[in-house]
Amino acid sequence: MTSIQDQAGATTPSGMPDLTSSSVSGNRNRVGTILTIVSGVFVAFIIIPLLLVLWDVGGRGLPLLFNTDLYTELPPPPGLEDGGFGHAIIGSLMTLGIAAAISFPVGVLAAVYLAEFGRGTRIAYLVKFSANVLTGVPAILIGLFAYTIVVRPLGSFSAFSGGVALGVLMLPIVIRSTEEALLLVPNEMRQAATGIGATRFQTITRIIIPAAMSAIVTGLILSLARAAGEAAPLLFTAFNNSFWNTDPMRPIATLPVLIYFFSIIPYKPQQDLAWAAAVVLLIIVLTASLLARFFSRAKKF
Amino acid sequence: MQTQVDNQTQTETKRVFKLDNVNVYYGPHLALRDVNMDIMEHEVTSFIGPSGCGKSTLLRCFNRLNDLITGARVEGNVTYHGANLYGEKVDPVVVRRKIGMVFQKPNPFPKSIYENIAFGVRVNGMKVNMDEVVEQSLRGAALWDEVKDKLKDSGLSLSGGQQQRLCIARAIAVQPEVILMDEPCSALDPISTLRIEELIKELKQKYTIVIVTHNMQQASRVADVTAFFNAEAVEKGRRVGYLVEYGPTEMIFNTPREQYTLDYVSGRFG
Repeated sequence: MTSIQDQAGATTPSGMPDLTSSSVSGNRNRVGTILTIVSGVFVAFIIIPLLLVLWDVGGRGLPLLFNTDLYTELPPPPGLEDGGFGHAIIGSLMTLGIAAAISFPVGVLAAVYLAEFGRGTRIAYLVKFSANVLTGVPAILIGLFAYTIVVRPLGSFSAFSGGVALGVLMLPIVIRSTEEALLLVPNEMRQAATGIGATRFQTITRIIIPAAMSAIVTGLILSLARAAGEAAPLLFTAFNNSFWNTDPMRPIATLPVLIYFFSIIPYKPQQDLAWAAAVVLLIIVLTASLLARFFSRAKKF
Repeated sequence: MQTQVDNQTQTETKRVFKLDNVNVYYGPHLALRDVNMDIMEHEVTSFIGPSGCGKSTLLRCFNRLNDLITGARVEGNVTYHGANLYGEKVDPVVVRRKIGMVFQKPNPFPKSIYENIAFGVRVNGMKVNMDEVVEQSLRGAALWDEVKDKLKDSGLSLSGGQQQRLCIARAIAVQPEVILMDEPCSALDPISTLRIEELIKELKQKYTIVIVTHNMQQASRVADVTAFFNAEAVEKGRRVGYLVEYGPTEMIFNTPREQYTLDYVSGRFG
């Protein structure tokens, strides 16, 4: 007699097939449980540092943020109280602005070449390879590079040279994220536009780039967020300044560099300023990430 | 039925495409060989045949879309009203403005319904009343009544069948002479398919239509002329497509000259 027993293995006393997990090897479930716990532990390893950073920096810095002097004043001379880092906020905005002005157009156009014109060519391979290598170059070396090609010829540390350093740092991120965004646009779009008589230029500028826009903007924002927190490339370039400056050809204070200098000097008011600046920087970076998520959600395909 | 059996002078005026010994290569490999045929004005010509027989490849020769594929090469003569489509000075962009295309998968741009149609008109630099062209094109594609109140909505918000009709509207907006259709109904349900087929029959009053289809009933319903392609194995498992025969659809489906064709249309292989 071939019954359900022969096909389904174990049966319960009532003759129905046993569908509970105890009918299969007992080990399997235990191993599964253990692995689930292990992976949960590793997830915690990732989340806990972020929470601790937020807790620690936020705990010390947040209470200081409500003092509006922070954003409008210069730091106090050693030994005195109060003051702020308004000059460093302006400095960060300036260097980032210069960096964006350099890396956005160059990076986006390079990515357009890689994704639309140079696919499979030797030059495209070389550019991609260079961008990947550039991603791995330590930030401090990029600072030294900018020092050599901008600071030395111009004879002075400057906001401009800081912008160049950050721009070089952002360039590979911009290229790669933009290229990926363009490649995500289905080939059918290119064929459709070509099929009704659009030139390649029209296809790219009016169909492909608009279709990829939200993803491109996401990448640009993330590259800015990355550069906003960098101190190393700025040490040899923008350097630092204790006073107000809006001249791009002169040294300028920036938030990361201010945090670096103020956290290693033995004056409490300066250390407090460093904590507050750290929170401001964190808020900027987190806001940028959220903004990027918001843009990437506007999916078109 | 009006076909290539008409007398010579009439054939000359009505012939849109003429193919002489056309071979298509992808890289070093021959994909389609020795195609000789004529495509006639205001007729629906359908290409049928098993997968890999080169019918889509041939369709893409007519608007030089094969140019987009690196390594693709066309040998032989493809003429459009007597002019060599692959002549040295021919601008493929100009060719594609005269010879529109509708693809297998509906592929509206991620723009509004209105902009989907306006795009082609703008890139062609046509000086026209855009609202009028949009309305006429949508009417021509039997879509106007369904979308007239939501022209600002994204083209992607439409159903598959509507999207395909939007693609047809987009193609006719630039006033082509020929419309190529590459399995336009394969992604659609039977009701949408029927609507597109009715549309094809209307469109042939104004346009010449070449349609690739896997659906033999579709070919028998819409086509005036049918071309049957087959593929033969060559060395190392490669297959090369070739034109078996073409003629009035009725003849191809009922009294074809070749046994292969009979076997295919009667469902004995393929």
